[in-house]
Amino acid sequence: MAVAEPIVANDQDAGQSGLARRLAHTWRQPKGFLGWFCNTHHTDIGIRFMVTAFIFLLLGGVLAAMIRLQLIRPENSLMGPDLYNQVFTMHGSTMIFLFAVPMMFQGFGVYIVPLMCGARNIAFPRLNAFSYYLYVGGALVLWGGFLTNTGPDVGWFAYVPLSGPAYSPGHRADIWSQMITFTEVSALGVAICIATTILRHRAPGMTLNRMPILLWEKLVISIAVIFAMPAVMIASGLLLLDRLVGTHFFNPAEGGDVLLYQHLFWFFGHPEVYIIFLPGAAIISTLVECFSRRRIFGYTPIVVSVVATGFIGFSVWVHHMFATGLPQLSESFFTAASLMIVIPTGTQFFCWVATIWYGRLQLRLPMLWCFGFFFVFLIGGLSGVMLASVPVDLQVHDTYFVVAHFHYVLIGGALFPMFAGIYFWFPKMTGRMASAKLGAWHFWLFFFGFNITFFTLHFLGLRGMPRRIYTYGPDMHWQGLNILASTGVIFMTAGLLVFLANVYRSMHTGEIAGNNPWEDAGLEWSVSSPPPPYNFLHVPTVSGRDPLWEDPPDQPVVVGLRDDIRETLVTHSLDADPQHKDEDPGPSIWPFLAAVTVSAAFVGSIFTAWAIPIGAPPVIATLIGWLWPRGQSPTPLPNEVPWIH
Amino acid sequence: MDSLIEPIRRPRALDVSGLPSVAFGHRNTTWLANVFYMAIEGMMFALMFATYFYLRTRSTNWPPGHLPPAFTFGAVNAVVLVLSIVPAWWIRKRAPDANRRAVRNGLLILSFFALAATALRVFEFTALNCRWTDDAYSSTVWVLIGMHSGHLATELVETLVLLAISFTSKMEGTRLADAAINSDYWYFVVVTGLIVDSLIYGTTRFL
Amino acid sequence: MNREFVFVPARFSAQAMPLNPGHHSVLHPAASQAGNIEWLYWVIFWILFAVFVLMVAAFARAGAKSRVLDDAPLPIIEDDDGDRRAGWAVGSALAITVLTLFVVLVLSVITGKRVEGLTSKNPITIQITGHQWWWEISYPNSQADQTVTTANEIHVPVGTPVVVFTNSADVIHSFWAPSITGKRDLLPGYSSAFSFQVDREGTYRGQCAEFCGLQHAHMGFSIIAEPVDKFQSWRQQQLKPAIEPAASESSRGREVFLTHACVMCHTIRGTDAGSRVGPDLTHIASRNMIAAETLPNTAGALAGWVVDPQRIKPGTQMSPNPLAPDELQALVVYLQSLQ
Repeated sequence: MAVAEPIVANDQDAGQSGLARRLAHTWRQPKGFLGWFCNTHHTDIGIRFMVTAFIFLLLGGVLAAMIRLQLIRPENSLMGPDLYNQVFTMHGSTMIFLFAVPMMFQGFGVYIVPLMCGARNIAFPRLNAFSYYLYVGGALVLWGGFLTNTGPDVGWFAYVPLSGPAYSPGHRADIWSQMITFTEVSALGVAICIATTILRHRAPGMTLNRMPILLWEKLVISIAVIFAMPAVMIASGLLLLDRLVGTHFFNPAEGGDVLLYQHLFWFFGHPEVYIIFLPGAAIISTLVECFSRRRIFGYTPIVVSVVATGFIGFSVWVHHMFATGLPQLSESFFTAASLMIVIPTGTQFFCWVATIWYGRLQLRLPMLWCFGFFFVFLIGGLSGVMLASVPVDLQVHDTYFVVAHFHYVLIGGALFPMFAGIYFWFPKMTGRMASAKLGAWHFWLFFFGFNITFFTLHFLGLRGMPRRIYTYGPDMHWQGLNILASTGVIFMTAGLLVFLANVYRSMHTGEIAGNNPWEDAGLEWSVSSPPPPYNFLHVPTVSGRDPLWEDPPDQPVVVGLRDDIRETLVTHSLDADPQHKDEDPGPSIWPFLAAVTVSAAFVGSIFTAWAIPIGAPPVIATLIGWLWPRGQSPTPLPNEVPWIH
Repeated sequence: MDSLIEPIRRPRALDVSGLPSVAFGHRNTTWLANVFYMAIEGMMFALMFATYFYLRTRSTNWPPGHLPPAFTFGAVNAVVLVLSIVPAWWIRKRAPDANRRAVRNGLLILSFFALAATALRVFEFTALNCRWTDDAYSSTVWVLIGMHSGHLATELVETLVLLAISFTSKMEGTRLADAAINSDYWYFVVVTGLIVDSLIYGTTRFL
Repeated sequence: MNREFVFVPARFSAQAMPLNPGHHSVLHPAASQAGNIEWLYWVIFWILFAVFVLMVAAFARAGAKSRVLDDAPLPIIEDDDGDRRAGWAVGSALAITVLTLFVVLVLSVITGKRVEGLTSKNPITIQITGHQWWWEISYPNSQADQTVTTANEIHVPVGTPVVVFTNSADVIHSFWAPSITGKRDLLPGYSSAFSFQVDREGTYRGQCAEFCGLQHAHMGFSIIAEPVDKFQSWRQQQLKPAIEPAASESSRGREVFLTHACVMCHTIRGTDAGSRVGPDLTHIASRNMIAAETLPNTAGALAGWVVDPQRIKPGTQMSPNPLAPDELQALVVYLQSLQ
């Protein structure tokens, strides 16, 4: 039993103790080719999410470069409309569904959340692994379709009736719909894992009031995912039914309605923006605190802002539909709601400035990216205020002004924080520091290129260039600005190449990081880099918001968890008192097999509705295999031991 | 919990070896996941209900040119669903006592109810007085009832699997908690089923 | 607020914007609707610009105190005094934010009312129907023979309010002429109305702004604003049936039109051609452009379009017409005679 061991901190020296060896044995993940598919540890799955999502960022970037190349001159013959429509649809779908959410929510969330909570693994690790394979399945379907000339060509939003059976024959729109099902099931699965981990696996003492802001944001995002994603699944599901079995949800001739689709889609689509932005804000809050060398100013206002953003995000969807001709009263309501979003976002901005102002800022590499975020996202947020105004929106809606706006918001709100976060947690993930010099080159190239490209697009929008056109006439005089915008791509590409070189080099020859190179406060920095498969030698306890800064040296650790089975500690959702122990189900091939059968059913249903009844039995079989009880099941002990003071 | 501000002096170890290894009710982690799952499914149902009423506003007659679905099977099924709450409640109540026999019997009875509800549902489909390809109204009716049937079938399979487990020696600890959680989910299926029934059979006649 | 005070610097910056030709721009309004929006745009722009400058200054000032790039982490500071002062700063910044947002909201609602409300009587009414990928324009009248039907070119009298009713024959399109007014979606199954009034004579380009398929890029239109008398004579001309061919070649051209695929889709009033699938060609020669603002209405362009429209607008509904050279010649002469 673990109690007999001497109690030592969660550092590298402990790696040699007997307890560490036993835990390493109990929590080991299978190796080898087959073992790869059985792995259920959150650090491994989290990094897989990130690497896969990054690959799709690069692929989406290639598509973006193709778009910029096509528009570089009027009447360019590089791409015809058929290919161009596929390319911009693929670009949007890839970036939103295969990059932004899987990277910012799933990738960072799965990797960081259990470590920050002080947990040995994520809750429901098999569901987590299953979600990863399903995400990969969706990505393969989408890109498989594109590479065989059946890439979706109806826009990432797939408005009906254009995407309906009458105007999009073939399977292109079906592939889009099913990709949505894949990726949304994946995001929902991870949302359940993350929310449960945060609510039930926090270290004893980490009450809601002491929860790091990042965990608050992940909790809010998980709940937003749970309530937003069903809307897009309903929208794409009904679209698929219209296309596949001849229902009439969106067919005006038979009592269907085209705006219904837009309502359903944007009821998801706008919260989606916050699902992408809030993880970025979470990273910024963490980094600002760490590099200002002081407790973050305004913990409570920031948390309230995050929760408010989550709520208000659900009441602004109609601002994507102003041009459909709504009654003025609802226009005013949605304008007001859209403007209201500025208040919580502004609060966070002001708190960040205040923290930096009254702290002792150290402008190290991750912080440089934070400043990039401040600048870029500020511009995006301000142009968002313009768009909330209905009359202005009616002019610039669906023009390159909007393209510029949301690239400032999404690249500002996701990509800049992502690089900040990657550079920040790179030592934790790899055990080595990333090169600050190359990182600075990466930053300046990317920052410069980004602003060249996307600031220019504002002007094109005001000059009347609509989105999603594959060409334009020379008499429109849009060429000069398009050339300028396209040159930015060169710098952004160069920046990304420097980043890849930096990662490759630093992984092999970077300076050894140690447990806590930034001397940050989060629990993830109390374990070795990279963390062992059991994460914490002893599950920690905390007595403040910034555990590693505040905890006294005699801060107790949890003992009494068995080391011969994968026992985890379950604590109370609100005050994080220990409640009971649970058993981690351990590695398994079944999540992968289940993902394969589910994928087969989904892909089959692109072609025939019979795929659902035919595909259901294998799915059920694999799910039973997954959930069938086996191995040692702990016996319940009736007496409950209270918190020991 | 003690005051959040003043740190309390504690011994250097927090011994949790005496804590139970299984929890029932809201303390169970799977219970929480099940709540999230019901939130997702509930959201889907809510959006389909919204779709139903939205499409209704776009049509002058409702149902447009159809007879409302014949309600005999639906009414019987509603009664079956309501009565099935009893075995579900029984399982939920007996599981924490580790009363394996009671839970097994409860699962057995619940399985019969689930089978009956599923069988009746098949007949309900024949009495809808429309085909999904007719118009938007018919599509909505079919998808509403189809969606709920999917849940019914899932719940049937889950109950049968738990029943199978209950005949083995593995029906203990966490599995008992799972059986109780299954009852929670059954409640959800019953409630959504009654709402779907009231939309399909009720609002087409009385609203 | 003094309108001119905001307007003058706004105009100035509009001119200073790179490469601004001004015939297709949000910032070069020719109608009071676009004018009001432009005013609103610049007011909000300058407000937000001030916010931007303040925020950048705050970050710069806060960041200027930073320590060197690659320093060992400094110890943590405890700073309750800073917290108190920061509380005041953040609180006032928030108050200013709320106030600013309120101003933006009020200005938007007021401008929205101005854009929507047209007080003048006797508007002319236009029905616009979106098609993949052209615009059907008609000027409905209670008497059927007084209804003008044309395509892609909208003639309006200057200084007269115009009420536009929208509809779509297939997918969603969006009607947008940046210099005139904001967008309005054309939704199948919905009819909606909006209005505008052009104040300056001229030709203003517009384009479909909602992605509508393969040729979304080539779905332009133009609004031709002319004095009332000129508009009336245009209308009278459009009401007439097509003229009888005067020369033998154009007569032969009409023969070609009526005996080939053309007649399957197009209408030429005064002949047997009465199909409504494609644009009405009764007065095609009076239009400046063809194929939804894609080509100039010249003999060469017309011939090229008739022979192989798929090369010019890949995916367009019109199929290629491999006519013999003399037939094509005659057809083009006939079409060009349809003033």
